[in-house]
Amino acid sequence: MLTIHYKLINAMISQALSDHPIETCGIIAGPAGSSLPLRLIPMKNIAQSEIFFKFDPQQQLCVWKEMEARNEEPIVIYHSHTGSQAYPSRADIELAMEPQAHYVIIPTIHLNQEEVRSFRIIDQMVIEEKIRIVRQYQPELELQMVA
Amino acid sequence: MSITVIVPTILRPLTNQQKQIHIGGTKVSEAIDQLEQQYPGIKAKLVTEGAAHRFINIYVNDHDIRFQNGLSTCLQDGDILTILPAVAGGSRI
Repeated sequence: MLTIHYKLINAMISQALSDHPIETCGIIAGPAGSSLPLRLIPMKNIAQSEIFFKFDPQQQLCVWKEMEARNEEPIVIYHSHTGSQAYPSRADIELAMEPQAHYVIIPTIHLNQEEVRSFRIIDQMVIEEKIRIVRQYQPELELQMVA
Repeated sequence: MSITVIVPTILRPLTNQQKQIHIGGTKVSEAIDQLEQQYPGIKAKLVTEGAAHRFINIYVNDHDIRFQNGLSTCLQDGDILTILPAVAGGSRI
């Protein structure tokens, strides 16, 4: 299950709608091993495509080094599907390289919070998981949140 | 000649869970060959048909080797070679 603050869900939806019809993408970093999404980092889709996304490699290096320095990892890796349902495509499955991550897909057609879905993708196996949207984190964690 | 290789999580099962490896080589391709000798199977994850795999990013001191000389990019003592799987996907397929 992915437990996530509603502000982070809203920020992902807002970014996806703003980028529509181009696929949006990004990560939410959090403490390594915690499963707690805290810092939302929009990533540049270098493909600038309606049907494909790829993180800008230079920005990715920069963000990954920053996470390493802060003892964080990508808790959520998100992207939008701008013309199809929120289920991992073959490309999503084949290219999923972070077994600990929650892969969140935001469909920008028929969109509401319930349409956002989350998956674990491990060794090309897809398992959908429930998203529990919470109104608040503990106060000290809310201070660290970037949404 | 010592190059530090930063290994991503997904490849650590091949490197006995080591995150950093010190290795030699005057070019990226040589460093990868040396990695392969110590950790068999890793080269196939990085190289396809003589070039870096399309969805593997390799950087020498923060510079993507695609914008240098690819696997022929020269290495110097003390260089850091970072391997990062690209994050990509989408609804194409």
